[in-house]
Parts: sequence; structure tokens; C-alpha cells
Amino acid sequence: MSGRGGSDDRHGPADGERFDSRLARRRRTGKIFQGVCLASIAFSLVMLVTLLADVVIDGAAWLSADFLTSFPSRIPDRAGIKPAILGTVWIMALVAALSFPFGVGAAIYLEEYAPRGRLTKLIQTNIANLAGVPSIVYGILGLAIFVRFFGLGRSLLAGAATLALLVLPVVIIAAQEAIRAVPSSLREAAYGVGATRWQVVRHHVLPVAMPGILTGMILSLSRAIGETAPVIMIGALAFVAFTPTSPMDLFTVLPIQIFNWTARPQADFHGLAAAAIVVLLVLLLLMNATAILLRNRYQSKRG
Amino acid sequence: MNENVGTAGANPDLRWRPGRRVGERVIAGLLALCGLVSVLTTVGIVVVLLTESAGFFREVPLVDFLTGTQWSPLYTDQQFGILPLLNGTLLIAVGAMVIALPVGLTSAIYLSEYASPRVRGVVKPLLEILAGIPTVVYGYFALLFITPLLRAVFPSAGVYNAASAAIVVGIMIIPMVASLSEDALSAVPRALREAAYGLGATKFEVSTRVAVPAALSGIVASFILAISRAVGETMAVTLAAGATPRMTLSFLESVQTMTAYIVQVSLGETPHGSIEYETIFAVGLVLFCMTLAMNLISNRITARFREVYE
Repeated sequence: MSGRGGSDDRHGPADGERFDSRLARRRRTGKIFQGVCLASIAFSLVMLVTLLADVVIDGAAWLSADFLTSFPSRIPDRAGIKPAILGTVWIMALVAALSFPFGVGAAIYLEEYAPRGRLTKLIQTNIANLAGVPSIVYGILGLAIFVRFFGLGRSLLAGAATLALLVLPVVIIAAQEAIRAVPSSLREAAYGVGATRWQVVRHHVLPVAMPGILTGMILSLSRAIGETAPVIMIGALAFVAFTPTSPMDLFTVLPIQIFNWTARPQADFHGLAAAAIVVLLVLLLLMNATAILLRNRYQSKRG
Repeated sequence: MNENVGTAGANPDLRWRPGRRVGERVIAGLLALCGLVSVLTTVGIVVVLLTESAGFFREVPLVDFLTGTQWSPLYTDQQFGILPLLNGTLLIAVGAMVIALPVGLTSAIYLSEYASPRVRGVVKPLLEILAGIPTVVYGYFALLFITPLLRAVFPSAGVYNAASAAIVVGIMIIPMVASLSEDALSAVPRALREAAYGLGATKFEVSTRVAVPAALSGIVASFILAISRAVGETMAVTLAAGATPRMTLSFLESVQTMTAYIVQVSLGETPHGSIEYETIFAVGLVLFCMTLAMNLISNRITARFREVYE
């Protein structure tokens, strides 16, 4: 597996003429290969455009102000996504409130406090592996721990806690990178005037790292509100005829509503699903744009 | 602050030492607890999967579960052989890889070896968008765009079929293969490429016979992670591949994956504590073990790969 290629002897120096005579063919092979590679990139981009166009074409007719402010209905013309939008906003706020302190706390611990030992390495490996656990397994965990063991039921809080655990590895890794990027001269200067470790972290490291941490946080939240499987596992409903008012309420979110409508046989519901997808994608786009703006501003300030 | 100035003068040693202040110690403890949450999550997953599936394995012997070729826990004639679900899962994973591996790798080669910084600056964010689209949206795309297209070409294809799910899962993991493989290719030292150019190699030869072999372990690691992702993918396969667990190699038939089965049970009205309910933990355990094994192998390969050039 050492993989140092290029030691192939077949391409050793042959006599000059043969080498030259094959050059045109080799260049042609190269051109064809470059075309193939370019086609691969184009394939992905064409798929992206096709997907977006398909959804917009299917959903455009169903998008209206009524669609955003109505409750789901058995009659497609009256159906809307008000509870799903509100549920998604609730979930976003609760996931942020839960994953931010724990994620940033863990990152500070690992970067600033933890002794460089076996335990720290174990935690780090563990975080990397958690990031690769399928989201539906988090759903199973949430179902057993939050819904049943803690008795939270099929509430917003149970859903948010499950999704917070799901995005926690991403939040931690992003926060660690932001903290690691803070120049150590800042820390040393603060220590030099006698600050304690927490004072250094609180007054010097965190303010500088915060834009990077927030960027990671927004990207994690955009992942959380697009997740469907874990929320289905903990038992979110597709038909919610009220707006949630507390974290203990039953709820639905946009991806659940999309799943439910897509799985129906009637074409009208597929149109509704497409319209809901457009709303979800616009929401994700806004969040990602915010994250990119934050990152650019931060980079230009530091550069 | 004032007393700190004094202690810092007396202690030039900057390492953190507990006990300097009570508050400091409390904060350090709280931060360590935050770090423990991730460990507790892993412990929680393992404990939940093992204890909740224990009842299932008391009734169904492990050997029967792993070697049985019939899966019908939700019917009156209950059979608990997981092979049909594994078959569906692997069929879709293989199909997805047939698309994602070549497309992802050649995209990575283009980005790392051919593209100008400007092209890279445009293409990489677009691939990130592709990676950031929620999987339920891919499910919609599979069922209502790819499937009708497939059925027009292959009239024998069902409304629910493995091919449609495999295609979208493949599309969704291309960005992952491309991005991780590109990282591996970019980490290959310039000197290797320059040596090959110096011997008269063309760009194609440098890319495929120097850069790719030198980055091979990183590329393989990205492939394994992508397979793991395909095995764990849920919503697209639930919507597009259907709910028919069967032993088949045909992409045109409806199949059921492990993840789709778990969703099917949790959408139904299965009473808590019944053996049908416990099946989701048994299937979840198999899914978790498979993905964990692949992630660990991938990490191990990446770690070894890093050692080569550092």
C-alpha cells in the first residue's frame, strides 16, 4: 500500500525515435482523458440543475401565500405548510440552544484544557466515528433515550435533542478548527499579564474564534433541518392541525411533510411536495449564504 | 486580576494546573463534561442497540437471523432472516458505487490536476450544494423523475425499483468521493509530479501513473466512506426502492434495505415491546456494526497514508 507509483519500467527510456513517434498518440489519450474528467464534473452539475429545475417546475403552480399559511389538508388545494415551517423553526432554535454550549464546550476542552493523552485521543477518534454513524441510528437512540427513557414523548424537545446529538460531532470539529486557528501569541500575551486559563479562553480565544464557530454552527443547523429519518423514528407526525407553542408539543417539520406528500399516489400531492421542497431549499440557501458571508468577512478582517 | 499577576510571576510554568482557583476548577470540569457527551452518545448507541435487541435474540437464534433468506416480521408467517434486507442494501450500495466511484474519482483528478484555481473556485461550492441537498429531496427526484425515465427505457421496471434508488444515492455521494479524493491527490508532493514531467511524461501519465497511485490509500479511504454512507442512506431508498425484502440481483425489481425497513416499522402502529418492534433494534445493530467497521477501516487507511509524506 505504500503506493509510490511511477516506478513502472515499461516506460523507461526507449530509443528516441519510438518515444517521439508515440508522443502524438499519448497526447491524444491525454486529451480524451481530460474530456472524460470534464464530463464527470459536468454530469454532477447537470444533475444539480436537473434536480432544481424539476422541483421548481413541479412546485411553482402550488407556491402561494396561502400555501405558507395554511394547515395540511386532505384536499390538495387547501393544503399548506404552516405547522411544518413553524416546527422547523422551533427545531432549529432548540437544536442550536442544545448543541452550541455542548459543542463549543467540548471543543474548548479538547483544544485548551485536555492533556495530550490517550483519553483525549479516544474522545477525538470517537467524535470522528460518530460523524459517520447513519442518521437513522441516531433516530433509534433518540426513540429509546429521549422519547421513552426520559419520557419526553413525540415532542419538539425529543426531536431537537436527537438532532442535536446528530450534529454535535460537526459542531465540535468546526469549533475546534476555529479555536486552533487563533494565534498562540494571543494566548501567550494574556498569560503573560497573569490571566487564568478560563480568562484567556473567555476574553481572548473565544471572541477571535467566534465567527468560525458560528459558521460551523449554521452549517450544522442547515443539516439538522434537512434530516428526515431520525425525526420519523422519534415519531413526528405528518398531520399537525395546530401550531406548536411549547417544546413539549407534538410537531411536524418540512422534510416529514415532503416525505408524506411524495409517498402518496396522487399527482396533486406531488406538486405540494415540490412546493415544500422549494421552500426548504430556499431556507437552506439563505442559511448557507449567511455562513459564507460570515466566513468571507472574517477572512478579509484577518487577512 | 491583581492577585493573578502575583501568582503568574511566581509560576512561570504556563501549563494548566488544577486548584489555582475553585471557579477555574469548576469550569474545567464542566468543559470536560461537554467532551464526555460525545463518548456518552457512543455508549448510548451501543447500549440501546444491545439491550433492546436482546429480547429479539432470545427468540430468534443469531445464526438463523444472519443466514435466513426470508424476512417477514410484519406478516402472520413471521420469518426473521436478514439476508433479503442485506441483499437490498448491498444491491443499492453497489449500484451507487458504480456511478459514484468513476465519476467522483475523475472529478477529483480534474479538480486537482487540470482545473485552474478559478474553475475550482466555482465547481467546488456547486458540488457542496449537491452534497447539502436533503436526502428526502433526492427521494422525490428518484421517484418522480428518474423512475418514470427508467420505465420509459425499461418497460419491465417497477414503480419501485432498486435502479432508481441506486442512481440517486450514487449522485448524492459523488461530492464526497470527489472532495476526499481531491484532498488525497492534492497532498501528493509536487516533487513526484515534477520528476515524472522531467522524464518526459505527459499530463495524463503524471495524473494516472504518479498522482493517483501515490494518493491511492486516500482514494480507497474515500471509497470506503462513500460505501458506508450509501449503506446508511435512508430516505431516498425508502421512497424509491419500495418495501419488498427479496433475494434478487435485478435492479428493476422493488427491494427493501435495512434502513427502509426501520422506517417502515416506525411509521406503522407496531406496539412497543413486541418482537416486530424489537426487530428495528436488531436490524439497527447490524447497520451500525457495518458502517462502524467501514469507518474504522477508512480511518486506519487514512492514518497510514498520512505517515507516508509527513
